Amino acid sequence: MIATLNALTAIVLINPVPWARAQMAFTLGFHIILVPLGVSWAFMTLIANYRGIRHNDSDALVLAQRWSKFMAVTFAVGAVTGTVLTFEFGLLWPRFMGQWGEAFGVPFGFEGLFFFTEAIFIAIYIFGWRRLKPWAHFWTGVPIVLAGIFGSISVVAANAWMNAPSGFVLDSNGNVVSVDPVQVIFNDSMPWQAAHMVVAAYLVGGFLIASVYAVGMLRGRRDRYHYLGFLIPFTVGAVMTPIQMGVGDGLARWVYQNQPVKFAAIELVPTTRSDVPETLLGHLNEDGTVSGGIPIPGFASWLSDPSTGKATVVQGLNSAPPDQEPTIRQTNIVHLCWDIMVGLGTLLFLLAVWYALSWIFRRRMPQTKWFLRGAAVAGVAAVITMEAGWVVTEVGRQPWIVYGHMKVEDAVTANTGVWITFFAVVILYALVGTATILVLRSMGRRFRRAEGFTDQDTPYGPSALTEEVSARAGEAVR
Amino acid sequence: MSTAVAVVLLLAVVAYAIFGGADFGAGFWDLIAGGPERGEHPRDTIEHSIGPVWEANHVWLIFIFVILWTSFPEAYASITLTLFVPLTIAALGIVLRGASFAFRKAVVGLGYRRVFGAAFAASSVLVPYCMGATAGGVASGRVPAGGQAGDPVDSWINPTSVVAGVLAVATVAYLAAVYLVWDARRLADHDMADYFRRRAIVAASIVGIISFAGIFVLRADARYLFDGLASRGLPLIILSVVCGVGALVLLVRKAARGARVLAILAVASIIIGWGVAQWPYLLPESLTFSAAAAPSGTLAAVLVVVVLAAIIVVPGFALLFVLHEKDLLPEEGVDEEPGVDRATT
Repeated sequence: MIATLNALTAIVLINPVPWARAQMAFTLGFHIILVPLGVSWAFMTLIANYRGIRHNDSDALVLAQRWSKFMAVTFAVGAVTGTVLTFEFGLLWPRFMGQWGEAFGVPFGFEGLFFFTEAIFIAIYIFGWRRLKPWAHFWTGVPIVLAGIFGSISVVAANAWMNAPSGFVLDSNGNVVSVDPVQVIFNDSMPWQAAHMVVAAYLVGGFLIASVYAVGMLRGRRDRYHYLGFLIPFTVGAVMTPIQMGVGDGLARWVYQNQPVKFAAIELVPTTRSDVPETLLGHLNEDGTVSGGIPIPGFASWLSDPSTGKATVVQGLNSAPPDQEPTIRQTNIVHLCWDIMVGLGTLLFLLAVWYALSWIFRRRMPQTKWFLRGAAVAGVAAVITMEAGWVVTEVGRQPWIVYGHMKVEDAVTANTGVWITFFAVVILYALVGTATILVLRSMGRRFRRAEGFTDQDTPYGPSALTEEVSARAGEAVR
Repeated sequence: MSTAVAVVLLLAVVAYAIFGGADFGAGFWDLIAGGPERGEHPRDTIEHSIGPVWEANHVWLIFIFVILWTSFPEAYASITLTLFVPLTIAALGIVLRGASFAFRKAVVGLGYRRVFGAAFAASSVLVPYCMGATAGGVASGRVPAGGQAGDPVDSWINPTSVVAGVLAVATVAYLAAVYLVWDARRLADHDMADYFRRRAIVAASIVGIISFAGIFVLRADARYLFDGLASRGLPLIILSVVCGVGALVLLVRKAARGARVLAILAVASIIIGWGVAQWPYLLPESLTFSAAAAPSGTLAAVLVVVVLAAIIVVPGFALLFVLHEKDLLPEEGVDEEPGVDRATT
């Protein structure tokens, strides 16, 4: 048996770097889709819950109740895929954790705290519908919202530390000999990155949930329940779009000042110069020239620092030694993802403007099919926007894992079988992802079939809800 | 300060074993409950019992990892490099288990429920085995210091790991059965109370037998641990045996509440005994806790987290358990008869 295993190990001697990178990217990319739901859905559920109790609105109450059932599924998948990430830090990047764990790891201690709180109260909230008093039950949902926000801030603080490592002292051998946890958590990049992610969580969560109801309305389900299901999350998402543009602009300027090479990749700037054009699309060639795309003259310089305008000097990729800048391919990925993020983000903003104008001038949401079609694709578009932004951050940092201190290739595991775990993870996550969507859809169908709530044999469904809801609503009014 | 963090780490392992472990154990009983008809009743009881609390229970594992990588990063690197295979299997098993448990609750069709149920139950056995094997690899001194990789195969396929893995599966099954007896009695479900009581007794006996066999395995395979258990750890081992036997007696006499307390004590004291026996080594005979410890700033931050956890998380966790025990967090649906409330039947 052991001989066989040894033989197997010998066969699989494949460089782990690209596979570890791919596995980390894949699992994070999967997990990050569930993050907005975990962070912002509880907030939207509480809005519906509040409306339900305060205004005796049974539609809103049913909505809140169903959302909490959906949340149970997405939170569970988010929890386990998040747990995998804690394994992967060690399994894929043991030398990174071995050398930097004492600094990088600190924010996760706090994240664990918030995640624990979130898990506890989400359990109470989801299962507390029937027997807790309405307002007491409502309040058990509030810690979920707070823990979601602070938990994601903690995780992003760790990622921000990789971009702006601080709060430690090294000895002559490069070992960490002293750590200032406050400096680690509140590193320079943390406020911008954390704000960007929390707002993204509300933006993506809002558009994603609203898109489901937009599809329902396009299919003719234009009852009050569907309107509520659309209005609450879409309003949250729409409000976030202008905020996100401001935060994103601030973060970009931070990158301009602190990670010039990443900024050069974003703006496709091979050599240091002023009057840098903002190139839409296009790509960098092997010889260092930029081809294709639509250049807007001087705009990138102007955006980097409006006070000096076109004269603003932007450092090029060549400002760093060749082994300390992203490869040509990575640069093109960063630039393309940047364009995707900004482009889709702008479209989402325009959709939000349409929605706002309609409310201002007509006192109702836009009724046309074209708006609903836009809203229906806005969910997926928002997810793509977020993924693209995350790729910009991560790939733009290459080749560093700890900016300026440790390269990815020096952090990776020595295990050469990572390509096997990569495929195992992809297959497993594909199954879990498919099952998640199928389960959520089947729950939705079941809830619809149970219109009027007479369906009694539905496990985990709205059994005997009518009495509950009306009783609770009545109680609340009194 | 590294001692304080080491104690916290050990307590987190204890908490994971007695809270999270019981969830895995419940999955074990789910697995062997038989066909869809015969196993329906026990499966309902299991689902009802672990429903609301399972996610919270598994956060202990995240705490263990976080404490390890912040406070003892070098050891964490060595462990993950060496025990790559069992830890990877455990990670994938956790995904499979958590997702399929949530899915099973959310779907109606029997076919789907069986697929998700099987995935849930099988991974519930796989994960504790891998965790036990990992612990066995560490405890028997097979993980080298210095962020180095040990033998990728022998580190988890060895006598101590096998015993620890099997013992982990048996122990979580035992704990779960004891809890389920209590749960079933609380719900006045005497059939199920008896069903799990018989299983708890069998599991207790198996845990006893494996532990006894384990003594000889450790003596031959993990000498440092064995010597520690036979000296410093001996009082804890004796305590564990006394509690274990006491729990068995109470189970036979149908005193579920006392049995639950004693079973927890038995498991907790054996884990603490492991820690005491291994002391002062985190990786026996190659790396001590104090040598592996991170700078004091990090350790202070970890202790702050622990204090905050005591202030924020522990009351929340207690609230969750109290509400669950008082049946204020009822499972909805799952073959519930219309109009019949479980708590009052």
